[in-house]
Amino acid sequence: MKNFDLIKLPFNKNNPITVQVLGVCSCLAVTAQLKPAVVMSLSVIVVVVLANLIVSLLRNTIPPRIRIIVQLVVVSTLVVLVDQVLKAYVYDVSKQLSVFVGLIITNCIVMGRLEAFAMVQKPWSSFLDGIGNGLGYSVILIALGFTRELFGSGTLWGYPVMERLGLYNIGYENNGLMIMPPMALILTGLIIWWQRSRNKDLQES
Amino acid sequence: MMNMKWLEQWFEKIEPKGKWSWLGSTYEAFHTFAFTPKAVTRAGAHIRDAVDMKRSIIIVVIALIPALLFGMWNIGYQTAMNTDADWNWFYMWWFGFLRMLPLIAVSYIVGLAIEFAFAQYRGHEVNEGFLATGLLIPMIVPVTTPLWQLALAVAFAVIIGKEVFGGSGMNFLNPALVARAFLFFAYPTHMSGDKVWIAADLWGSDAIAGATPMGELAAGAMPTASALDMLIGTIPGSTCETSVIAIALGAILLLFTGIASWRIMLSVFLGGGAMGLLFNAIGYNDYMQLPFYYHFLMGGFAFGAVFMATDPVTAAQTNCGKWIYGLLIGSFAVLLRVCNPAYPEGMMLSILLMNCLAPLIDHCVVARNIKRRASRTSLTSTTSTDRKEAHNG
Repeated sequence: MKNFDLIKLPFNKNNPITVQVLGVCSCLAVTAQLKPAVVMSLSVIVVVVLANLIVSLLRNTIPPRIRIIVQLVVVSTLVVLVDQVLKAYVYDVSKQLSVFVGLIITNCIVMGRLEAFAMVQKPWSSFLDGIGNGLGYSVILIALGFTRELFGSGTLWGYPVMERLGLYNIGYENNGLMIMPPMALILTGLIIWWQRSRNKDLQES
Repeated sequence: MMNMKWLEQWFEKIEPKGKWSWLGSTYEAFHTFAFTPKAVTRAGAHIRDAVDMKRSIIIVVIALIPALLFGMWNIGYQTAMNTDADWNWFYMWWFGFLRMLPLIAVSYIVGLAIEFAFAQYRGHEVNEGFLATGLLIPMIVPVTTPLWQLALAVAFAVIIGKEVFGGSGMNFLNPALVARAFLFFAYPTHMSGDKVWIAADLWGSDAIAGATPMGELAAGAMPTASALDMLIGTIPGSTCETSVIAIALGAILLLFTGIASWRIMLSVFLGGGAMGLLFNAIGYNDYMQLPFYYHFLMGGFAFGAVFMATDPVTAAQTNCGKWIYGLLIGSFAVLLRVCNPAYPEGMMLSILLMNCLAPLIDHCVVARNIKRRASRTSLTSTTSTDRKEAHNG
């Protein structure tokens, strides 16, 4: 596989959320606002890239029978680091993300890339694969966070967009369903629908 | 029908051909709306009955008319009562008619536009299903619902509730209730509380304060309206679901024609009554001590039982499954009402929940039936499997 494909494919034909349907729980839980969605995306990118790199470097020394626990040790170490950094620099967002930063350890995208890719590929390819999948996850998260905050709360990154546009004066109201997790699932479904209808390769007969 | 000849000829003249043939399904929709379709199945042994989808939908719409007409009058009556206006009964009805007209128009225009677009794009025929759904939606919302919110809810219901699953007949949730649930969760200030049920004037979404019996009970008080008022329907509430008598007229038509299942309708009331009696026996607070038949008269219980729970697409299909489905709808509705003041009206959520469970109920009923019939012929089958096991062992 060409190196460029490793970054490009997770955006479309092999997107971790919309095609592999992994990491959906965090995608529903942290996207009510844009800011936590972006912070979560960055955390996952850091974790998946570094974990891919480290596991790929170690891959020939890991005994196959205990590989999962070794992967978990690597991922947990990284997640604890990320968690501490978030608590130090963006405490409010860290509070909002609450348990979901810790749950990156069990994020299926991270585990999936380690098992399916990093264990059998060279470090440079694994590094690129981590970037691609992290970004593919981020695109969906940020799209959801943008839509849900804009229509659910009328703000973007805390800035009152709808109020500045004067929409409330002409009878506009925020959609309360948008900030509930079910709507995130429905929006994800709509993205999958749109993607599949455009892409013949993804359509099952 | 000689006088319809010109219309038929006109239809034949405009039938889209050649480069216009992509408009086929739109043409088909209007043609079958005006005339009975001539196409019938040719192969196989079919029982041919006049009750096709078009007729059953039309009967549902006719069954809704008593509730609709009464609801229109009640809109005017509530406004007149609360503004001390001296209106005669016809003006009350006319006021309600003018309030309902935009709601119905928005519902039909938005819903049918989406249905036609999907049918056109996917190249199948437009189904008549939305004729009933489009009328049901404005009948179960408060009269002051802003039109743009209604339009959004109808679009959501038709696309997410129906078309993503493949259109009429494929949906597992009742689209009209999906629209109401969307409004309830997206714009709760317009769907509950005591400032939405009575229109202040002919235009706009201003409302006069007036609580429904459900609202009063959720707030911890007893309903001020008498049981007779609730039976007749002269109480604030969603536009057309207040009058149990008007709904009963529709129910008689639906049951007489066999469009709706009597098993579901009866079992919803039985389930609700049983749960009401159970709460009476517990008697922990005022709401629990409310006479059980009040639950049938208040809120959307009767309307839901007659028009929503019996939707043949989303209900259970097996006869035994229908009993279970109905009993659970009735009992969950009363349970939600009494035990969860955050949702004053449990009927909508109860029916939607059971819509989700209906396939499971059917599956269990069918599986049990297969098991029972297998055990009836167990003599031959068990001996053969025993022999096989003995052989393998």
